Amino acid sequence: MTTSPLAASRTTAVAARATELSKIYGQGETQVVALDRVSVDFHQAEFTAIMGPSGSGKSTLMHCVAGLDTFSSGSVRIGDTELGSLKDKQLTRLRRDKIGFIFQAFNLLPTLTALENITLPMDIAGRKPDRQWLDTVIEMVGLSGRLGHRPAQLSGGQQQRVAVARALASRPDIIFGDEPTGNLDSRSGAEVLGFLRNSVRELGQTVVMVTHDPVAAAYADRVVFLADGRIVDEMNAPTADSVLDRMKRFDTKGRTS
Amino acid sequence: MFRTALRNVLAHKARLLMTVLAVMLGVAFVSGTLVFTNTISDAYQQSSAKGFDQVDVAVRPESGEDTGDTVGRTPDLTEAQLRTSAKVPGAASAIGVVDGFTALADKDGKLIGGGFQSQGGNYWGTDDPRYPLKEGRAPHGAREVAIDSQTARRAGYAVGDTVRMSVDGPVLEPRITGVFTTDDGNVAAGGSLALFDTPTAQKLFGKAGTYDEIDVKAAPGTSQTALKAALDRALPRATTETTTGERLADDQAELISSQMSGLKQGLLVFAGIALFVSTFIIANTFTMLVAQRTKELALLRAVGASRRQVTRSVLIEAFVVGTVAGVSGLVAGIGIGAGLRSLMGGLGATVPDGPLVVSPGTVATALVVGVFVTMLAAWLPGRRAAKIPPVAAMSSVHAKATTKSLVLRNTLGALFSAAGVTVVLYATTLSGSDGQAPMGFGAVLLIIGVFILTPLLSRPLIAAAAPLLRAFGVSGRLARQNSVRNPRRTAATASALMIGLTLITGMTVMAGSLQKSIDKMASAAIRADYVVSMANGNELSPGVERKLKDTDGVTTTSPLRNAPSRIDGRTEYLTGVNGSAIGDLTDLKVDDGSFTVGGDRVVVDQDTADSHGWKAGSAFTVHYEDGKAQRLTVAGVYEGNELIQGIMLDTAALTPHQSDPADMQVMVKTSGGASGATKDRLEKALGSNPAIRVQSKEDLSEEIAQMFTLMLNMLYGLLAMAVIVAVLGVINTLAMSVFERSQEIGMLRAIGLERRSVKRMVRLESLVISLFGGVLGIGLGVFFGWAAGELLGTRMATYELVLPWARMAAFLALAAAVGVLAALWPARRAARLNMLQAIKAE
Repeated sequence: MTTSPLAASRTTAVAARATELSKIYGQGETQVVALDRVSVDFHQAEFTAIMGPSGSGKSTLMHCVAGLDTFSSGSVRIGDTELGSLKDKQLTRLRRDKIGFIFQAFNLLPTLTALENITLPMDIAGRKPDRQWLDTVIEMVGLSGRLGHRPAQLSGGQQQRVAVARALASRPDIIFGDEPTGNLDSRSGAEVLGFLRNSVRELGQTVVMVTHDPVAAAYADRVVFLADGRIVDEMNAPTADSVLDRMKRFDTKGRTS
Repeated sequence: MFRTALRNVLAHKARLLMTVLAVMLGVAFVSGTLVFTNTISDAYQQSSAKGFDQVDVAVRPESGEDTGDTVGRTPDLTEAQLRTSAKVPGAASAIGVVDGFTALADKDGKLIGGGFQSQGGNYWGTDDPRYPLKEGRAPHGAREVAIDSQTARRAGYAVGDTVRMSVDGPVLEPRITGVFTTDDGNVAAGGSLALFDTPTAQKLFGKAGTYDEIDVKAAPGTSQTALKAALDRALPRATTETTTGERLADDQAELISSQMSGLKQGLLVFAGIALFVSTFIIANTFTMLVAQRTKELALLRAVGASRRQVTRSVLIEAFVVGTVAGVSGLVAGIGIGAGLRSLMGGLGATVPDGPLVVSPGTVATALVVGVFVTMLAAWLPGRRAAKIPPVAAMSSVHAKATTKSLVLRNTLGALFSAAGVTVVLYATTLSGSDGQAPMGFGAVLLIIGVFILTPLLSRPLIAAAAPLLRAFGVSGRLARQNSVRNPRRTAATASALMIGLTLITGMTVMAGSLQKSIDKMASAAIRADYVVSMANGNELSPGVERKLKDTDGVTTTSPLRNAPSRIDGRTEYLTGVNGSAIGDLTDLKVDDGSFTVGGDRVVVDQDTADSHGWKAGSAFTVHYEDGKAQRLTVAGVYEGNELIQGIMLDTAALTPHQSDPADMQVMVKTSGGASGATKDRLEKALGSNPAIRVQSKEDLSEEIAQMFTLMLNMLYGLLAMAVIVAVLGVINTLAMSVFERSQEIGMLRAIGLERRSVKRMVRLESLVISLFGGVLGIGLGVFFGWAAGELLGTRMATYELVLPWARMAAFLALAAAVGVLAALWPARRAARLNMLQAIKAE
């Protein structure tokens, strides 16, 4: 496992933690358990991928930890803040100040330029962006020449790079990605994943990403496997092959059980 | 396809509700107007038929053409003619009718029935068949009167009470001896009717021994035409005219329907405006519905539906919406019709009772208008739907409707606007009525032009609001950008509001300017402290002036005494004034000669002088109504206005030739000037007469202002319809925008935009669109108001443009209120949006 000295010194610190987290839809006969007492830590300066077959609860887990969705029981902490007790307004503030997001699609506002999209979370908070940090981020994702462009004038890959820059620009405690490469071709996807990994290695950022693509997961430091709302496995320093192998076992298990 | 269309109608209930409401309002207005006017004219016809029950043939004085150099009143019917009529073969009885204005005061001394509906007449004998007595007995002698039961009930009078009334000036205080019932339309509508015995009525109305009309009742078995023929043989053809009761009722009915048709057309114009505005909203709604259903429609095409079928499905949807809106609009319209009637009755207008009339024509019109307008508005969106390529069903992203360039649209709009402005400007150079048609045409061109140009105008105008929006941070910036995102949609939404506000502002500017000008006209030329006149514009007896002259503190008075005359073979009205005082009481600009009236010296206004070719020093011969002639000299030519004009001569010269002198007004100057105490003194001197108004200049201005305020308020009420429809349009647009941008809003919420800010963003967008429409409308309205004023100014010397800034600010505030109100629901919806569903990728 290759970690930067900076990340190594912080591996013990936890950026987000779910404890006995459950999410149950409906009641009685029609009850569906999306998350079943999940406990997981996301360490600072670590790139974690959440994987699992469709319906395993991987997106739900991310939504609950990121403060986008409510949960039935258990607890979620972002840094020192317990999410369960927060009202919508406080949750919104928390997302704005402590969390960055990258979605699969519909990531950007078409009416804003690339730069305006990048600084949007800070604009919402009414904060001035840290100019130096902003330049670093823009430099890293290679958007220097296209800051004045509108999303419609950018390719899909470029749009997603703007989204990555936006997530990084406000220096959140943790960035969540929901299939961030799902709509991209493999080359653009590789670029975006490269930026995410670099942000962890070089800038000490914490990233949690939901994906179903073993190649994408291979960019992470650690992979957490979910099935039927439970964490069933974990893998450090994954490769595409090892992840694929692990995923195949779900299929077999799914068929035999 | 029909089932698909029907399912679609049901699937988008909330959105279609707006569309239905928009059409419904227009249809409701149209059918309400029809129901109202039908009901009213029907009731009138019924009541007029009833009113002529007692009349088989009416004998009236022949209104002969006056010829030669004599002028005079048409001769009234004589006692002898009444006796002759009663004895004609086939006549059962004949009644002599005398009527005139009779003001009646309630117990507080206030005039009952607004002045114009204060009627008086004679009670025939002891048992007049026209007026069955409910209580008491017939009036007899000068100190007795009978009043109608409605007035008695309203004012709380009973038999035995003394009532204050006046016919032409002096106050009368007769005792009520009887209360009668009548089906007189005026009385039904809140007017009053007071009846004296015949000799008293004849004396009071200045018709001693004569009648205004003789009503003859036919004996059983005699037809109206036979009776008419008999009367024609017995009475002199030259001075009398006979009409059958049936004919009278028919004439009345015809008169009523022609009077109603003006009102009907006026109301229908407003209904048309409401419908016109609705058309934009319907078109807008269907455009958006089609845009949202792109994938669905593409799928239909992919599985084999033809273009025509797709168009048809949209049109069927429009048909269903139109039918629902037409039916509900009709129901609402019947309500409006009933409401309008009681509203007008409440305002004291003439509205007889009768059943609500919903004719088949009304029903058909409501349905046709509802369906036709909706389908027309859905036609273009329907065609656009057909052009969606089947492949759009396959792509994961919504196939964006090709945004055609606005170049063609802008060019067309610019051409229309330029042509409109040119025609309107050209029309202002024409005089009076010549300019009306070109101005109307130009106005329509300009409105269409601006409407076409709104997408172009939206960018700079909304950009101008950017500094204000910046104060609201991210919400403000996003709102600004969202509002220019789809210029066509913004334009269509704003246009709906624009049209309403254009009309409202235009009317206000015109009414304000007119009010100022009339005010100036009425008061600027007057130096008198008070003007005394009759409440209904009738004439005052000369006794009123004499009384005023003798009142303490009054320095000078002058009547404005009207008298017809013939000059150069033409009828001219002379105004008799107090020659020595008129110069102090009026302030008229003299262009030529001097303002001296006395003896044979008269002053003439410019227009009259021009028409006769007179100058100061010219002499002419006047023939008075008694046939005598006099040579008069023009001493001066003054600039007249609508209130003071014509030939002014001294009453000393005029009155000897008049059999029945009467004054239009009396002008009064007092030593103390106008004050409350002076006014009280004057009113007291006239016996606190309910029929006489004592008005200072301020009172005159106020009266004029009130008249205009009432008129404007009625117009505002009617135009409110267009504004309500515009509100629905804004709600619709916003709701669709929120729906279309749900993913964006979800993302914004995810990255930390609070619910409050989301709401504010939608609200600001609504505000921006509404204010945009408001600014355009107010701007256009001012332009039209100015242009119409230019046209009027050619006919009205005192015309002056008045820009009602406070009102205009209020209209802008109204536009803002429309924006805020319309955003309530869409903003709530945006804030409540399920974030997770919104950001979930397709």
